[in-house]
Amino acid sequence: MALTQLVIWLIIAAGFLSLIYAIIREKLSMTMTLFAWLGVLVVIIAAALSMQVGRDFFPDFINTKPLRYWVDDGLNWVVANWGDGFEATAYPLQWLLLRTEKILLSIPWWFLVAIFSSLAYLATRRPALPILVAVGLIAMGMMELWEDAVRTMALMLAATITSIVISLPLGIFMSRSLRFRRIMMPILDLMQTMPSFVYLIPVVMIFGPGKVPALIATIIYAAPPLVRLTDLGIRQVDPNVMEASRAFGTTPRQRLFGVQIPLAMPTILAGVNQTTMMALAMVVIASMIGAGGLGYQVLQGIGRLEVSRGLFAGLGIVVLAIIFDRVSQAFGRQLQARIGLAER
Amino acid sequence: MTNGENYAIDIRNVTKIFGDEPETALAMLKAGKSKTEVQAETGQVIGINDVSLQVEPGQVYVVMGLSGSGKSTLIRHVIRLIDPTSGEIYVNGEDVLGMSLPELREFRRSKIAMVFQKFGLLPHRSVIDNVAYGLEVSGVNRAKRLETAAHWIETVGLAGYENSQPHQLSGGQQQRVGLARALTMDADILLMDEAFSALDPLIRSGMQDELLKLQSELHKTILFITHDFDEALKIGNRIAVLNDGAVVQEGPPEEIVLHPADPHVEEFVQDVNKARAIHVHTIMDKDISEPVEVSVLDTARCEDVLPLFADYQWVGVEDSDGNQIGRVSARRVIKALARFSKDVTTDS
Repeated sequence: MALTQLVIWLIIAAGFLSLIYAIIREKLSMTMTLFAWLGVLVVIIAAALSMQVGRDFFPDFINTKPLRYWVDDGLNWVVANWGDGFEATAYPLQWLLLRTEKILLSIPWWFLVAIFSSLAYLATRRPALPILVAVGLIAMGMMELWEDAVRTMALMLAATITSIVISLPLGIFMSRSLRFRRIMMPILDLMQTMPSFVYLIPVVMIFGPGKVPALIATIIYAAPPLVRLTDLGIRQVDPNVMEASRAFGTTPRQRLFGVQIPLAMPTILAGVNQTTMMALAMVVIASMIGAGGLGYQVLQGIGRLEVSRGLFAGLGIVVLAIIFDRVSQAFGRQLQARIGLAER
Repeated sequence: MTNGENYAIDIRNVTKIFGDEPETALAMLKAGKSKTEVQAETGQVIGINDVSLQVEPGQVYVVMGLSGSGKSTLIRHVIRLIDPTSGEIYVNGEDVLGMSLPELREFRRSKIAMVFQKFGLLPHRSVIDNVAYGLEVSGVNRAKRLETAAHWIETVGLAGYENSQPHQLSGGQQQRVGLARALTMDADILLMDEAFSALDPLIRSGMQDELLKLQSELHKTILFITHDFDEALKIGNRIAVLNDGAVVQEGPPEEIVLHPADPHVEEFVQDVNKARAIHVHTIMDKDISEPVEVSVLDTARCEDVLPLFADYQWVGVEDSDGNQIGRVSARRVIKALARFSKDVTTDS
């Protein structure tokens, strides 16, 4: 029986490897054929086994328990042997987060309100948004949420900055290599659809509860849209402009920095906007593993059945979301108008 | 050397096949199969089929063809925005296809410049930064390149718009920016890919006049692509008619108007303004030195002398030194124009 299982495993493994190869090499017909054959294979084996055993529900024709043990033992081994290494690697992240938090907390509240209001004014050139920003922030301060709000802001900013640093190069590579794009797309899908608790567990096991795993989890969740939109923005640059640029003897680097990135900037900014919003959406979950801030207040509100605490902290998150969303969108529109891409 | 050193642009037997198996299709073409046969059998698309063209320095050479005839594909080969499947291309005797990437960049920065149908301006830069773009990428310092750019902006009549953004300009103005950007490169050869096709008729005609005026001062070699036969006749010293990726006729404008090589060319010729196409010196009485009251230069076309016949019976033709080389009568001009018009007496 063990031998049969091994053979079946090998066949399926070979099938999947060829499938991955076919997908990457863009052999469409090969991909479809392999898909069909693997499907047929699985159905035949399943049918044969279920007839043999005489049960209706899905037959366990392969013992997958070892697979689970491997995953769990593997992670334990990683934690035991590489835990320190991982923590050292994450040190810059920790430094960035703590530094942002410290700087923001050292700014007097009225000055921070002034900064955000003037940013809002610069972005819109109208009084409405700056007033909204000031009122929202001051209201938060009066609700005794100031420090929590600043900590949440720090987490969001650190996550956004790290996401930008990681996502821009990835997006640029994706726009230049179809193959890399084919590899990255499913990974990004996975990052966005996998429930965040699934990767919270291993991240906490490796780094221990605290701010760094919260930051990492936030980045995993928030970075994909920026990668996608960077790739999209660059690929959408008018081919006529690219061709003209080539005709003037530009190097690929001159085209990237002189044409593609500036023209993709509105789309990239839309990605940054998405990333900040998704980072804010992670605040509550991140607070479960020690991120603190507004999310922790919400969590406490739930724990103590204190609706008011949860509600006010929740409204605080909404205020932060409005500020960052409106301000970054207004800057994006300004940029679009400057390069003549605005909808008329 | 046989490397086409006498020509500014020398295109030899260039074939371009689009598809994933160009070699198969190329072999079939070489074996003498027709374009349609090859496309049907292999699924490959033949963009350019064995085209050869020679452009002499200082000429305005027009490649004429309908959309899909391969003319835009052809002009992109000259600056190697597209690589041919087979054939040779020489520019000023240099083998364009043999260039390495750095050599090709240097070639594009110094020897040749291009104007595009859809302008291809950088929307995030001001007019002057667009015009200075070519100099900027080749590393010319800011003061110098802005000075040169300002000069050419003035030459194309856009003085005062230096700091505008491209999207604030009209189509005609945008193409002036495109033209100034190409002229700033100070290259001997100018490629113009349907440069005026996107413009309104009046503005187009004005741009053509201006190009001719510029050309009379700059004496560049211009390879001009158009689908408009009138435009070809107006600005071209020589015309090649492209159909289905192959040259069907090549020669001076009159020759094409007077002797269209096949029905396809004839269709163009029928709708054309022949008074513009035919130069008077090709139909004049030669060596007649009887004095005439009024004369035109030998560059004049029939449309230029027609108004004169209201007052004069004969119009003299002079060379550029002012010597009379012949004369022409209204009868003769009408005959030349009528000969190639539709036969209305039997048609109606």
